[in-house]
Parts: sequence; C-alpha cells; structure tokens
Amino acid sequence: MLTLSNVRKVFNRGTVNEKVALDGLNLHLDKGDFVTVIGGNGAGKSTMLNMIAGVYPLDSGTVTLDGNDISRLSEHARARYLGRVFQDPMRGTAADMQIDENLALARRRGQRRTLRWGITRAERDEYRAALATLGLGLESRLSDKVGLLSGGQRQAITLLMATLKEPDLLLLDEHTAALDPKTAAKVLELTQQVVDRSGLTTIMVTHNMHDAIRLGNRLVMMADGRVIYDVRGEEKARLHRADLMAKFEEAAGTEFANDRMLLG
Amino acid sequence: MLLALQGAVSQGILWGVMVLGVFITYKLLDIADLTCDGSLALGGCVCAILVVQYGCNPWLAVGAGTLAGVVAGAVTGLLHTLFSIPAILAGILTQISLWSINLRIMGKSNVPLLKHDTIFSTIAGATGLPQSTITIVVGAAFAVALVAGLYWFFGTEVGSALRATGNNESMSRALGINTSSTKLVALMLSNGLVGLSGALICQSQKYADIGMGTGAIIIGLAAIVIGEVLGRLTPGKLRSFSSRLVAAVVGSIVYFLIRAIVLQLGMDANDMKLLSACIVAVALAVPVVWERYQLRRSYARGGEA
Repeated sequence: MLTLSNVRKVFNRGTVNEKVALDGLNLHLDKGDFVTVIGGNGAGKSTMLNMIAGVYPLDSGTVTLDGNDISRLSEHARARYLGRVFQDPMRGTAADMQIDENLALARRRGQRRTLRWGITRAERDEYRAALATLGLGLESRLSDKVGLLSGGQRQAITLLMATLKEPDLLLLDEHTAALDPKTAAKVLELTQQVVDRSGLTTIMVTHNMHDAIRLGNRLVMMADGRVIYDVRGEEKARLHRADLMAKFEEAAGTEFANDRMLLG
Repeated sequence: MLLALQGAVSQGILWGVMVLGVFITYKLLDIADLTCDGSLALGGCVCAILVVQYGCNPWLAVGAGTLAGVVAGAVTGLLHTLFSIPAILAGILTQISLWSINLRIMGKSNVPLLKHDTIFSTIAGATGLPQSTITIVVGAAFAVALVAGLYWFFGTEVGSALRATGNNESMSRALGINTSSTKLVALMLSNGLVGLSGALICQSQKYADIGMGTGAIIIGLAAIVIGEVLGRLTPGKLRSFSSRLVAAVVGSIVYFLIRAIVLQLGMDANDMKLLSACIVAVALAVPVVWERYQLRRSYARGGEA
C-alpha cells in the first residue's frame, strides 16, 4: 500500500546545525494497517510523516502509494490521497471561517475547485450528522467561527475533516499531545472509531507508549532516522511497556532517562 | 462646502473600488500589497493614453486599465510564489518598476483628458444631469456590482479556497489547495480592481498623473480601518462578509469626507498623507495597547478576570 524505500532527509546541510533526520528509512504498510510510531525526540517520526505528505522534498529514496511513485508530487497534489491531523490544533482548521465552511473545504480535498457555490444545503445536513457523531454538541453550531472553539474541539473537527472524504492513508502527527488528558482520551476514542469504521490505513505518531501499545495492529519504533523495531499482530498484543523500554534503552542508551517518553 | 463634500463622496466611491482590491489582499490574504500604488497609476495612465492618443472608447479604456492592473498583480504574484520573494518586497519591486513603466506609457508625467469624452461626460450628455451627480451614480453602480460580484466569488469553491489560504496556509495545502495559485489569483483580482479604480479616477478628474497612486495603499488601509470601526459601532456589529465589503467602500467615502473637511478647515493638502498614516497607525496600535491594558488589569486583580 505505502512503501518508503531508502528515504533520506538532511536538514541544514553543510552547516553546524546539520541534522540527518531520516537515514535510509524503509517501511512498508499493508492496506488496513494501523501503525503506531514511537521514538525519542529527533528520531524522525514527524519528518517521516512530512516526507509522506510532501511538506519537504526528499533528498533521496522513494515514496510509493498504491503502486504510484508520489515522491515528486507537491504537497497539495498528494493531499488527494492523504488525511492529516497535526499536533497543533490551530494548524488543522481555518479560525476565521465557519465550522461548515471548514468541513466543505475538507470535503473537496483532491477535487478540482470550481466556481460552483462553496457549500450546499444538502452538505450542511450531512455535516450536522457527522458532527453529531463527535458528541461535542457542535452539530448546532454549524455557522460558528472555528476560532471560537477549544483546542480539543478543533482537533476533533480536524479529525473529521481528514476523514470526511475517505483518504487512502491517514497521518496523525502526535494529534493528542497538545490536549489535556481527558480531551486527549476523547480524541483518541474518536480516532479509533473513525479508523475502525472503514478500516483506514493509518500511521499515528505518539509519545505515549501506553497509547502506542493499546491502539493499532502494528507498532514501529524509530531512532536516528530509521526503524529499529517493528512488531505486529499477536506479538504486539502481548507487548508491555517494559519490553519497549528495554528496546529503547538498547537503541538510545543513556539518553533515555531524559526523554519525555517516560511520561507515557 | 457642500460642493466640496459632494466631490468628496464621488471621490470616495471611486477610490472605494481600490479599497475593495486592498481588502482582498490585506484582510483576506493577510498581505499588505504595495503593488497597489503602482497599479492604480498604471490603470489611470493606460486609460488616459488610450483615450487621448488612440481615440479609444472610454469604456474600453477603463477595461484596458483594469487588465493592466491584473497584469501588474500577476507580476507581484509570480515574484512571490515562483521565487519565494516576501510579498511586501515583491510588491515594492513591482511598484517601483511601474513608476518607470507608467512614464514610458505616457511619455510624460501628466496627460490631460480635457477635450475628450469620458464615461462620465457621455452619460451626462445623454441624460442631461450634472457630471458631479453622474460620477456618484456611476461610481455607486460600479461599487454595488463589484460588492455583489465579490460576495458571489468568495462564496464559491475557488473563493473559499482563497479565503482558506489567507487563513491557514498549511491547512490549505493539506486539503489539496494549491496555495501558490490561490495567492496569484487573489493578487491579480486585487490589482485588477485597483487598476479599474485608477482608470475611473483618471476619467473623473480628467487627467492621469504619474504620482496619482502615491500613498494609495495607506488610503486603502485607512479606509478599511475606518469601515471596520464604523461596522463595530453599528448595532448588530456587522460581521457578515457582504457587510465587511460594504464597510470598506463606506470607509473610503468617510475617509474622503474627513479629508475634505480638514482641508476646508485650512489644513495643508500636503499634510494629508501624514494624517492618513497616523489614522492607520493608531487604528492598528489601539487593539494591541487595549489588550495589554486588559492583561495588566486582570493581573493586578489577581488573575480573576
């Protein structure tokens, strides 16, 4: 389904801040995989998602989706295949636009935008129903500006926006990290629902080991821009935090004690 | 005095067309597009030279002035999107080059249209109404049509994508919007309106001048700010998109009324640009100072507020 082969990305090449973010990364996802990705700061988790989404150009390697090489496509062109939710709740929605306008923009992801009216009456009913599934009472606030909503509400809407038009691949970049624990739990629950509903192929980057173990059918650990541990199915189900810590320690050595992964 | 005020209203409406253009870049795209000074004069120059030198129909000349503005906007847009030149700088580059281009087009710094028909004089001739009245009527017709047209456009899929680009660029790209092309379209549309405004102003004042656009961006910003303040003072706090567009044009009229009044009171016309700059600076500063004051007050009260 998705194949990253030998993906390499270096930031600030040739300066003192040179950083090899991805170092010949290889990863293959089957259709319907729900992969959780963990790793320390600077392991390359977010960079990997950004390379898939086309935020930065690749230095070398290829990204293939459903047999098509998308390595050279621009970010907006790849958007037709991808649903994305970001860590910062402010990044996923347009604050000065109404809730329904945001959803209407998302519904037209990957479509040619024409001079037809930007939102139809029938759509509004559809959005009302979709918002009701969030259970946040947003279905009665269709014409409120998104900027009036809380971070958790905005993140829930972003999640809805990412999946309103079913994506081939859903990319979640620490999408609950900026939320309080209760809201984070709610958004995770919604995530699980949305993914289960249509068996979406999903990559979820997280700093929370517990979530990484609990969710998904596969877990990938990254360090220094590579995959260092990849476990799935039964084996993943039997996984414990202690196992992950041991794996992590093995890879990262003494740095581990300082890492915020401990918090999970 | 009354005559001066009537003149101010008609000027305000014609400049209001430009303010609509500035509104698109400044309020929707969040770019202060400095191309505007150059493209206003460009619209005027193209229109004047077509009428005077080529005997062109004044309506066609207005159309040509508009198109010239669109092209100027495209240059700024391409500099910005294709070569990642910061929008402000891209606008300055186009504006500066337009100074030379406008002089080339006119061949001199001022072209009078005194002996030629304009859209205003032809309609005045046909209806028998005084030209000052016609200017207001025609200007208002343009303004109403443009507000309606812009309201429609920004409600369409393309227009929504454009508003989204100004609101949140990374989200827009994630939703498949080509933000380079939306920005380009917005700059072209904006400068087209500015060029149109320049052409109309040129025909109403019966001359085009190389300096006619100088400080246009400040007039535009001042008008938008005045319009916003008036909108906020109106009961019901007009927030809808169409009322924001109308407020921009009304702001322009009020700006020219204030200007006419202070000039009547004996202020030097040359000081007007200083006054405009002060209006904009104060309007931008007040909300910031107010917020800081509120913060400090709530801090002093122990953070209860």
